[in-house]
Amino acid sequence: MLERIYKAQKLFDTACETLGRQINVMEVCGTHTVSIFRNGIRTTLPAGLKLLSGPGCPVCVTDQGYIDIVLQLAGRDDCLIATYGDMIRVPGKGGCLERNQPASNVRIVLSSEDALQLAKDNPDKIVVFVAVGFETTAPATAVAVKEADESNIDNFCILSGHKLVVPAMAALLAEKNNNIDAFLCPGHVSVVIGSGAFAEIVERFSRPCVVAGFEPMQIIEGLAEICRQLVDGRAELKSIYTAVVTEQGNRTAQKIIADYFEPADGYWRGLGMIEKSTLKLKDKYSRFDALERFGIIETPGEDISGCRCGEVLCGLIEPTECGLFGESCTPREPVGPCMVSSEGVCAAWFKYGPEKKHK
Amino acid sequence: MCLAIPARIVELEADNAVVDAMGNRFKAKTTLLDKAKLGDLVLVHAGFAISLVDEEEAKKTWQLIAEVNDYA
Ligand code: SF4
Repeated sequence: MLERIYKAQKLFDTACETLGRQINVMEVCGTHTVSIFRNGIRTTLPAGLKLLSGPGCPVCVTDQGYIDIVLQLAGRDDCLIATYGDMIRVPGKGGCLERNQPASNVRIVLSSEDALQLAKDNPDKIVVFVAVGFETTAPATAVAVKEADESNIDNFCILSGHKLVVPAMAALLAEKNNNIDAFLCPGHVSVVIGSGAFAEIVERFSRPCVVAGFEPMQIIEGLAEICRQLVDGRAELKSIYTAVVTEQGNRTAQKIIADYFEPADGYWRGLGMIEKSTLKLKDKYSRFDALERFGIIETPGEDISGCRCGEVLCGLIEPTECGLFGESCTPREPVGPCMVSSEGVCAAWFKYGPEKKHK
Repeated sequence: MCLAIPARIVELEADNAVVDAMGNRFKAKTTLLDKAKLGDLVLVHAGFAISLVDEEEAKKTWQLIAEVNDYA
């Protein structure tokens, strides 16, 4: 294994020399971010090769406006909020789900199925499932909506915060001041959408896209492949996570997404509005859409003052450049979502980063 | 929450499975994986099996998860 690491390091050096400038590779997956930090991968890289953590953590990219809607609904007596655990500590208007709502109105679930079960068990409440996540998670939500539709479970609805990875990557590259040379593409999203889905990025923007798994050697070899391409002046799509990811992805999962959802314009933290980047329930299923049900219009939220999560998510600054990092913002008392989620970039820096400033 | 965990299907009735990951058993749906059968190793995300995995890949991931848990 050591030999493979040395070989990769040589490639990193060659790439830095050949290009004669800093190389920026963005990972778009929270699990990659955590693995990179935990395994000290940054320490194996030359100073000229930089890893940027992109919009890969679903909780982090969720716009403030969405969080505020969740909090608003949690305050209603007729609602029961069903959410994945990570969301409950994200601060919004008037606090967060964990602290500022009647605890009885909020339940943590491990799957969309559990949320549906809650609806069956609580016929006097409207269960609102806080449906966040990328293409990996969206099929699970679709299955729950399908079941609710077929079994006429009318006290169940979803607040769709589902997002699509490829439009976000395209939006980042469409920014003139972007500094991204290549992408380390997310492994588990690719299980669903297939590695082929990134061909669009390679073709439109001529950036290498490499799909890699999560163990350290996968990441290092993914970076080596990227450097090889950059040295040769190539931009290609390559998957080195072939043990799990196929080119076409999981067709059944894609089909159920397409049956229940349609792409819609939507807001991202830091990235703003991105066309056709979110998943909205199709009109036929609008009775399961929490926004329709409660007559709410989603508007972009105002970010919490001082929090620079947006810039962190675009790879424009590192967490330590945020004045609140490690001071008033820590995993115990998070100010922004990037410090809340276990996959958040700020949380990863705080836990494993060399510059951590524990108070 | 993006994490997907490899687990072995130890019980299966229609699309309702019980899976085992490192000795922990939990429920998972196989709705998204038509060909899943008893004894298969699958990658489970948010309560749903999303793909098959091979033994070697599963072992590597389990090891990684065990390390993360040790650290946390
Ligand atoms: S350190 Fe805290 S306040 Fe600053 S960007 Fe990260 S999450 Fe936001």
